[in-house]
Amino acid sequence: MLDTGIKVLFEGNNITRLLDGLWVTTRIALISVILSVFFGTIIGIGWSSRFRIIHVFARFYLEIMRIMPILVLLFLFYFGLTRIAHINLNAEMASIIVFTLWGTAEMSDLVRGALTSLPKHQKESGLALGLKSFDIYFYILVPQAIRRLLPATINLTTRIIKSTSLVVLIGVVELLKVGQQIIETASLLRNQTAAFWVYAVIFLLYFIICYPISQLSFHLEKKWQS
Amino acid sequence: MTLFLSVSNQMDLINEGTILIGMDYLFFAKYAPLYYEGALLALNIAAISVILSIMVGLCCACIHYYKVPLLKPSVSIYIELSRNTPLLVQLFFLYFGLPKMGIRFESESCAIIALTFLGGSYMSEAFRSGLESIGKLQLESGLSIGLNKIQLMRYVVLPQAFAIALPAIGANIIFLIKETSMLSVVALEDPMFVAKDLIGMNSDTKEALLLLVVTYIVMILPLSLILTFIEKKVRHAGYGH
Repeated sequence: MLDTGIKVLFEGNNITRLLDGLWVTTRIALISVILSVFFGTIIGIGWSSRFRIIHVFARFYLEIMRIMPILVLLFLFYFGLTRIAHINLNAEMASIIVFTLWGTAEMSDLVRGALTSLPKHQKESGLALGLKSFDIYFYILVPQAIRRLLPATINLTTRIIKSTSLVVLIGVVELLKVGQQIIETASLLRNQTAAFWVYAVIFLLYFIICYPISQLSFHLEKKWQS
Repeated sequence: MTLFLSVSNQMDLINEGTILIGMDYLFFAKYAPLYYEGALLALNIAAISVILSIMVGLCCACIHYYKVPLLKPSVSIYIELSRNTPLLVQLFFLYFGLPKMGIRFESESCAIIALTFLGGSYMSEAFRSGLESIGKLQLESGLSIGLNKIQLMRYVVLPQAFAIALPAIGANIIFLIKETSMLSVVALEDPMFVAKDLIGMNSDTKEALLLLVVTYIVMILPLSLILTFIEKKVRHAGYGH
């Protein structure tokens, strides 16, 4: 029973199909991470400034993104936008937008946290030394903020990668969907335990992707903490 | 399901005259109870999983804290496995993969097991950060005034650790409630399932999605506000010592 089931992985090009599916998920995640780091940094810097209106707006945006489950956001953008605004997005585009919106919210909170947690005397010492405000940002504040920011940003990346598994529910053909297709074919060929092996492999694939990234974040955090 | 369909057909006939500003208000009255029931189911499962995952988390954190031989490496493996894989994949594996090997679960127990598997590791990390934040000075002072190990834990370590871990525990609770939105894949009728069903049956996509959003706001916003409040209180207490 065991050896017949596991064969499904090596039949035809099943392994490469699964890896292609994995690439679809990670592609969505990568594009969203890059976009969210970009937009999140802008909003985060704005948020750490003194403009009240940006505070209110950013806080409101963050709270909405924190309250709504990502699946709900995916449904809103995939099914809702089509109905309400008559914008037809394909599922992959919709998921990139949703993950970018969510990632931007989380990233802006991280950037704000990193910037506001820097002690005030850092900036004041810089001023006392006669540095220009650009130099203070470039040589004093930004390097320290990046040290605080990078581990958390890498952590956010793994969260986005894990969440991209949800896109199967709005119909993107990614890892889980490919897995289901393989299982369906296998069950036509009377391979009963295929589902177990395919889902176990998918589980491991996600682990293989996320584990090194989260370890990297953990080590950077430890290294820079002192 | 057939009953459902016949109801929706009648609704379509009634709907003709009741559409205002593009929204169908009868829809809300008709289907809000379904969302309510879905929300109750989701909260129920979330509550059970939260309690179980707090227990699992506490055990794992203590094993880690006391460096219990043999158990500590297995706890580490568990935590890494559950933190680095998505809940959806865990659910698929439990619900569709394991039955093929003869291990079968009901939908609900499947959901609770998956949420506990995920939540346990998050809770464990929260408790661990709390336990590790208690300085050596505290422990040594406790020992030097003659407390034994259990008293030390009960009166010195746990109260402080709990206060420090509380915001993280709260965040995890909200996280777990949000994660219940995936329970529809194991055929549980949570709000997401209801919305998907209604979108599939009618053309009232807007209304179905609006009710879905409202349901989640009602489920999570109060909790989120309470937790922000508690977090402020705890941080205030932290300044005291």
